Amino acid sequence: MALLSLQNLTKNFGGLVAVNGVSFAVEAGSVVGLIGPNGAGKTTVFNLITGNYRPDRGEIAFAGTRLNGLRTHRIIMLGIARTFQNIRLFQQLTALENVLAGCHYRMRGGIIAAMLRLPSQQRSEQEAVERAVRELEFVGLGEQSLTVAKNLPYGDQRRLEIARALATQPRLLVLDEPAGGMNEQETEALIGLIMQIRARGITILLIEHDMRLVMRACEQLVVLEYGSKIAEGPPEQVRFDPKVIEAYLGTEDDV
Amino acid sequence: MNRAGLAVAGLSAALLSVAPLFLDAYQVDVLNSIGLYALLALSLNLILGEAGLFNMGHAAFYAMGAYTAAILNTRYQVPILWTLPLSGAVAGVFALLVARPVIHLRGDYLMIVTIGVGEIIRIALINDVFGITGGANGIFGISRPKLFGLTIRQPQEFFYLIWGCVALTIFLFLRLKRSRFGRALNYLREDEVAAEGNGIDTDYYKLAAFGLGAAWAGMVGTLFATKMTIISPESFSFWESVVLFMIVILGGAGNIAGVLLASFLVVGLPELFREFAGARMLVFGLVMMVMMVFRSQGLLPAQGRS
Repeated sequence: MALLSLQNLTKNFGGLVAVNGVSFAVEAGSVVGLIGPNGAGKTTVFNLITGNYRPDRGEIAFAGTRLNGLRTHRIIMLGIARTFQNIRLFQQLTALENVLAGCHYRMRGGIIAAMLRLPSQQRSEQEAVERAVRELEFVGLGEQSLTVAKNLPYGDQRRLEIARALATQPRLLVLDEPAGGMNEQETEALIGLIMQIRARGITILLIEHDMRLVMRACEQLVVLEYGSKIAEGPPEQVRFDPKVIEAYLGTEDDV
Repeated sequence: MNRAGLAVAGLSAALLSVAPLFLDAYQVDVLNSIGLYALLALSLNLILGEAGLFNMGHAAFYAMGAYTAAILNTRYQVPILWTLPLSGAVAGVFALLVARPVIHLRGDYLMIVTIGVGEIIRIALINDVFGITGGANGIFGISRPKLFGLTIRQPQEFFYLIWGCVALTIFLFLRLKRSRFGRALNYLREDEVAAEGNGIDTDYYKLAAFGLGAAWAGMVGTLFATKMTIISPESFSFWESVVLFMIVILGGAGNIAGVLLASFLVVGLPELFREFAGARMLVFGLVMMVMMVFRSQGLLPAQGRS
């Protein structure tokens, strides 16, 4: 059974149909790319999966649990983590504090435990810091743990967001344009990072415009145009699909 | 905190602890006022500074605590310090009730609602709701606190009670700041969508910040009631909420040392400028304006921690 499945998903914004009857599935252990021209509804699909928007019609299921109507933090706790298209770090906080946010829901201790410094609370803090440091090292930011997020270079900010998402210990990682604004070397490093994340057994669903990344990292592609799915399949098949070429890679004709 | 910071903190604490020996009763009383404002500002700092929730009705929670203490003490002869937990609970629960329906509001919208709540409470107190608040005259004859058989009366004695509470509050809030709970509030302030998107129940933490900040203000209300022995609605006006809001923003939202420093400036400076008589608030206002133009992030801005 698929890890994530979308059935006939529809979302309207006023008169605009942003997502129109989209269905696809993400198999456990795979890397799936969601592509399409600007405004095709890709990010809307992500926001539907993570509960930022509620679908008007259709079903979303993750590992056998129906996600419709659940609040975002509940969905994250079920094992889906995400990054944002326009990087949403906690700008004034350090890299470590940012990653600790991902550890938050697995930690113990509330107001009283913190004020009394209970042993269980101290242990939980210790474990969380260790986990956060491991994730920072994993994305190559081990040295930057005490740097305030807004002072990090752009590419590092993207990687910090991935570290924060990984700290939630997800089964599915949803990346919204992870290579956005990255140069060639940074994109190259990112492809390596995506492979390493997959090697940890984490399933990945990503939106990306960088075709080199999509063609190399993804095993399966879903193509959206005007909110509807127009193609689906392995990259080498999708790239020669006439409908996709017309809608999205149509530059070949223009040349 | 770095070494210089620790040294300054230690020196200030040492200076403060011997201050009553060198100051006259009036001066000590000013320090007591500063202490009460510092406590209130620290409690508002949880809501406004740490969680970034614009609350400009903090005086309402302070009033709830003060009136709870006064009513229990004068009508039911409950020893005043025993009312502390109940004052806190009443203010905290009240805050949760009023905040629950409006907690999704952002920034300025939430601020307008909290201003409304503050005014409703003040006017309700003037109108003597349930016939227990004494109307515009308030409640008098609140007893002095007894601690280990000693009755606290003199400003010098109150000084140690109030500043002892300030010290305890700083101690507890610093611990809170360096915990999962404290960080969750900061995540809210920085980016609510990202916080929720990382598994943090944002509604819960907003309410928790409101509840805890209000409960603390309620307990400060008890201290105020017993220090004054008489309380009336005019002590809990909109202006009080504005002053507290100003202290937190001026000090550097989310920074405990900054909030303390700002308490001294905002409450202490007008006392220093008394010679200017009518012009003192003008001087004070000018200082505020210059401050906000040249250092809008506050005297001691909050910083990322190691």
